[in-house]
Amino acid sequence: MTNQESLSQKTEVKSTWAKPVDTLHVDGVPAEAINLNVEGRHLTGPIRGFGQMWQKTYRIHLNGAGVTPQQVISTWKENFPKYWPGDNRFYGSLTSISPGEVAVLNLEAPAGMRLSTGIMVIYADDESFSFMTPEGHMFAGMITFSADEGEGSTLTQIQVLIRASDPLYELGCRVGVVHKQEDAFWHGTLKNLAAEFGVDDGQVEQQNILVDPRMQWKEAGNIWHNAAIRSGLHAPVAWVRKLF
Amino acid sequence: MSKVNLTTDVRRMSNGVSVIDIHGEVNGFAENILMDAYNQTNDNHAKSIILNFSDLEYMNSSGIGLLVTLLIRTQRQKQDLLAYGLSEHYQQIFELTRLNEAISIYPGESEALTAAMG
Repeated sequence: MTNQESLSQKTEVKSTWAKPVDTLHVDGVPAEAINLNVEGRHLTGPIRGFGQMWQKTYRIHLNGAGVTPQQVISTWKENFPKYWPGDNRFYGSLTSISPGEVAVLNLEAPAGMRLSTGIMVIYADDESFSFMTPEGHMFAGMITFSADEGEGSTLTQIQVLIRASDPLYELGCRVGVVHKQEDAFWHGTLKNLAAEFGVDDGQVEQQNILVDPRMQWKEAGNIWHNAAIRSGLHAPVAWVRKLF
Repeated sequence: MSKVNLTTDVRRMSNGVSVIDIHGEVNGFAENILMDAYNQTNDNHAKSIILNFSDLEYMNSSGIGLLVTLLIRTQRQKQDLLAYGLSEHYQQIFELTRLNEAISIYPGESEALTAAMG
């Protein structure tokens, strides 16, 4: 390998990862978005969460689609918000998912509420990309989207490695509400993505592994940043502002 | 093309310390190899495990996920997990993903051994 090739490879490796940030900063969020709980927040990741650690893997085979893993990931990165189910919104780059990008999420919540939180893209290459969550998000963790050559078809996968961020979210997980909502979300995403490639009858396989049954009580104070509570408190303020 | 491009060597040091030398790529396909290496350290009843990244070629986000699950396994066994030999780039990745808050990073093996045995 020449020095030039070696330098090129090293540059390529570095550009797949985001640089460390102290706090998150969001740019260019459209006016209709509820932009809360992202600006100035720290990234958390599974190390900083409160609840049990779960690794959940969702997979779908793109049977008959005739696409390569690279084509799937390229399409997914360019149209990421398009595949989200229901009335959930992802306000990120207008071009493509790329390392270092911060996106605002407006998610459906009970009683017609909107929950505002975010993600940062920490990694992206031709066959995968990953998000990490900030303080206040339901889950402290990482989410990795990938595609690979399966048996006769491309296998598309979402894998989350998460802890509930705080005791309130953990309670929601224990009674099943939060996990059920999350599972439905990623099942819907994969089915929408599969439909993009003409696979309308794909079935999502799911595997759950309880990596750590313990809770991290030292992280209970994360509830201060709870995005559901903060979004709920903000809603009446926003309504009043609209009136005046 | 095989997507597993990782080999490991496990070295048993004194005072209940084991070193796992990592050669190649740490990605999602490396799980079995990495966990086999960890199980070998358990055969040695290691109290501290040191990961040697001096020969690391590449690590993606799935590889970071693997390290998180390895960390949890060591914590549940009340073992310490340390690391050395990380390039500046991968030290930044540890910082980004907050792994550096749970895995102590040292510049070289002697420093890591001193910390593990201290």
